Amino acid sequence: MTKFIDLTLNGISTGAVYAAVALALVLIWRATRIVNFAQGGMFMVTTFIASSVISASGSYWLGFAVALVCGLVLGAIVERLLMRRVESGPPLNAVIVALGLLILLEALAGMIWGNTPRSFPPAFSIRGYDIGGTHVLFSPNDTFTVLVVIGVALVLRVLFQGTALGLQMRAAAFQPEIARMLGVRVSRMFTLGWALAAFVGSLAGLLIAPSVFLGPNQFDPILIFGFTAAVLGGLDHPLGAAVGGVLLGLTLSYVSGYEGASLVTLAALVVLIVVLMVRPGGLFSSTLERRV
Amino acid sequence: MRATSHKARAVGALCALVVALAAAGCGSSSSSSAPGVSSTSITFGTHQPLTGPAAPGYSEIAAASQAFFSYLDAQGGIYGRKVNLIIKNDEYNPTQTVNVTHQLVLSENVFGIFEGLGTPTHTKVVGFLNSEKVPDMFVASGCACWDNGSAQPYTFGWQPNYTIEGKILGQYIKQHFAGKKVGVFYQDDDFGTGGLTGIRYEVPASQIVSTQPYQPGVTNVAPQITALKSAGAEVLVDFTVPIYTALGQLTSFTLGYKPQLVVSNVGIDPTTVGGLLKTFSKGKAGTELIEGAVTDGYLPSSTETSNPWIALFKKVHNSYDSSAPFDGNVEYGMANAYTLAQALQLAGKNPTRQGLVNAVNEKGSKLSGPGLVPFRYSSTVHGGYSGVELGQIRNGKIVLFGGPLVTEPTAGSPITPYTGTQPAPPASGVSVP
Amino acid sequence: MSSMRSRLRASTGTLARSLGLVLLAGVVLFVASELLDSYDELQLANGAYYFAVLAGLTVLTGLSGQISLGHGALMMVGAYTVALLVGNEQWALVPALLAAVVITALVGILVGAAATRLRGPYLAGATLAFAIGLPALADRFPATFGGENGLVINPPTPPSSLGASFPLERWEAWIACAGALIVLFLANNLLHSGIGRSFRAVRDDEIAASLCGLHVGRVQTLAFVVSAACAGLAGGLLTVVLQLAAPGAFEVGLSLALLTAIVLGGLGSLVGAIWGAAVLVLLPGWTNDIAHSFSLSTRVSANLPLAIYGLVLIVAMLAWPSGIQGGVRRIIGPLRRRPAGG
Repeated sequence: MTKFIDLTLNGISTGAVYAAVALALVLIWRATRIVNFAQGGMFMVTTFIASSVISASGSYWLGFAVALVCGLVLGAIVERLLMRRVESGPPLNAVIVALGLLILLEALAGMIWGNTPRSFPPAFSIRGYDIGGTHVLFSPNDTFTVLVVIGVALVLRVLFQGTALGLQMRAAAFQPEIARMLGVRVSRMFTLGWALAAFVGSLAGLLIAPSVFLGPNQFDPILIFGFTAAVLGGLDHPLGAAVGGVLLGLTLSYVSGYEGASLVTLAALVVLIVVLMVRPGGLFSSTLERRV
Repeated sequence: MRATSHKARAVGALCALVVALAAAGCGSSSSSSAPGVSSTSITFGTHQPLTGPAAPGYSEIAAASQAFFSYLDAQGGIYGRKVNLIIKNDEYNPTQTVNVTHQLVLSENVFGIFEGLGTPTHTKVVGFLNSEKVPDMFVASGCACWDNGSAQPYTFGWQPNYTIEGKILGQYIKQHFAGKKVGVFYQDDDFGTGGLTGIRYEVPASQIVSTQPYQPGVTNVAPQITALKSAGAEVLVDFTVPIYTALGQLTSFTLGYKPQLVVSNVGIDPTTVGGLLKTFSKGKAGTELIEGAVTDGYLPSSTETSNPWIALFKKVHNSYDSSAPFDGNVEYGMANAYTLAQALQLAGKNPTRQGLVNAVNEKGSKLSGPGLVPFRYSSTVHGGYSGVELGQIRNGKIVLFGGPLVTEPTAGSPITPYTGTQPAPPASGVSVP
Repeated sequence: MSSMRSRLRASTGTLARSLGLVLLAGVVLFVASELLDSYDELQLANGAYYFAVLAGLTVLTGLSGQISLGHGALMMVGAYTVALLVGNEQWALVPALLAAVVITALVGILVGAAATRLRGPYLAGATLAFAIGLPALADRFPATFGGENGLVINPPTPPSSLGASFPLERWEAWIACAGALIVLFLANNLLHSGIGRSFRAVRDDEIAASLCGLHVGRVQTLAFVVSAACAGLAGGLLTVVLQLAAPGAFEVGLSLALLTAIVLGGLGSLVGAIWGAAVLVLLPGWTNDIAHSFSLSTRVSANLPLAIYGLVLIVAMLAWPSGIQGGVRRIIGPLRRRPAGG
């Protein structure tokens, strides 16, 4: 029984990490209809910046804030300079550009900070809560991660479903021409979308780095699982991303604990296929397809 | 009309590709008599993971070897020849390993391959190198696969076989932690399973309560560590690479789980592991979490500055490779380079590929240098170092104790102390028997 | 039914043109293989099996409009099939390659059937999960599949009729090029046939296509099967040329590189697949040479090739949105339209 509880707690804490990445991907998708592989490269860079700031200043929260601001700026710059040129073309071109940007960012990070992974501080203690004399597999830092993820998911839901700004962003993504005619500043919405997505991504990076270390390639497996979680929950639904992340985390944790680590990636595949066969738009998708 | 131009375009593209290919390959001359060697230089090639998830730490090794060769070259090299090392990045991808090895042998015409890194990578080129009769010197891996002088006469191992290490660590556990429950956390490949085999040869089966393999690439190891804690393991054996030693320690810290650690020399370098755990150790060296861990070594500890070999390597490091921190990986690269230089010295003034191989077969077991134990080399055995000395992390440094022990990687063979003394490094060049 | 039959029957004109194309390409490749040195023969062989998988992938993504991030895993199926049959069961080369094609095509039916329900990023996500999940089987059953180390086979020996000193590398290049030429022939026929048109029809407008009598799901699955067969052949050829089948050779990076190559080369065209194969084979070598021509610290020179590669992807997509083939068309087009003597 304790094994099941430990694995469940582990699943929730790792799932929250995947959900954080998934939220950034959902945000980009809703704002621009692009699958952004570069997200992971961008928040890897902002986390490195945070690491340098923390080493230089000694303050974690200063580094935290700097990373978030850098995220906003980096996202806006990438959109203005790069993605703007491919947004109107074939969607695959934007995917390839994003892929190229990811590779470039990882290589640049290796050149600037080196390929050796380094330690990154957590926001709060990682010592598990003491319940009945034993420490459980859930720490104050895990609580922080889960709360942040839930908070961001709720804020995004409110933004997109309940605010005028969110409506403008969705309109700009779905029908840029018509939105322009109705007075929406489409290009500004795209820039805002990228900036916000990079902001959420930076947050994700800060939450991920303590448990997988910080290095140019250290986040790669998390990115893949984050993308899987986003697809699982439905790319249009922030709450779906959160639920998808936790579902994925739980599944992988149970499989690793009861069957062995070698089946983990296969388990991710099975979960995704099972969900997508039943709901091809992800768990939370509500659109019915037109089947002829 | 359109179809013809489509055909023309396709053929045109093909021709362009072929021309580019030929142009890229132009300028490579091949000398069949003694490839890769001239009166002024001898050239080796190596494949290394310089980037990618396997790069951490390992990317320093070849640069350190190159630095040591530069040091020798400054003194005139071996028989007046500079030793060159061409380093190619294979990103730990076996397809890339095959490609760059083909390039090194067929295009760059190297004399031999040196220090090829990795088991899943290097196993893919062993057949090619042996059929082409290219010396495959001192593979950077402790797999038993290199130890086959009869079937693979051109391939030589260097570091101690993982099973040898497992046996010696296992014997220590049997003698000092009798009756305590033992758990093993190991990498799910030759490294981990080889070490586990050695542990099982020595530690009684009733003592081993849980063995948990992990997959490199899956960073969540909490299920495995939790299982080890639940099984009640009081001694935790880690056959892990540094990142996974550190990941295991993070989960142990969360759980408040503090077993006695016994860690393979592959995964214990305090600089690397400490760097990964620094922020959890209140900013100090970062080695608090592994303090007291039992480990082993076949070279003097890289922090033992009073050892003359470490002093020599540090001098070389400062002159030729100062960008990397001086740690176990750098020491590995230099010590392996010293062994290759010794082998070249033994091969004589006019080295041939077969001559180099024969030299190691005949005299390799008598070589002495920075290693604490002798080599296992003969025409049938190509194993490398024959044992290790036990060590412990004290104040963040590896301190060796108890004297070197040697054994064979088989079930019943005894573990015996080695009483030879480590020679001093020569004032210049290399010294051979 | 009769309309389906007429679509299947490729016109003799198309067949003749494909044959001509293949013969011409074959001559070029033969001459090349006589001139290149050993290492470049292997590069040619690598390019040949890359072309095989890219041709199939460009049919799937360009013609049929379905994105796949999992073709590396399909190559893996073909590679392991050949490795097991040739290595363990001592099959001959050609039957083993055929088996690889058939088995991977069967896997393609499964993947394709699942894919018919998915669109866009959901299909991408599912195929990506396939790419990372399938290699896990090699680790789960190490006794059969060799675990992380994978399997090695003996190199294919050239037949004695070619002479005792016939270089092994040239023989490997011939085998791979033969496979590539077969794929070129079949794919070119497909592109200009009724089936090819049905792929395009479904891609452009599923509803209209189904109103015309096309079964959307079956057409899409067929596209997947065709591309899977190509990937299976490519994987089998990879095993023959490199004598290996290991999980590390089929990581996610391969699937992403394949997608990049077809877009970079020019989506939907076989010439684009040739350019894409050239990029995959030649670009790493060029970027490494560039990186090592400056004397930089190890940290920079090790990462520089990847930085250049990423930069090339970005710049190429911005400069040539239709890929290299699109860029070539833009250059050649005006040249051809110029009147003679003008």
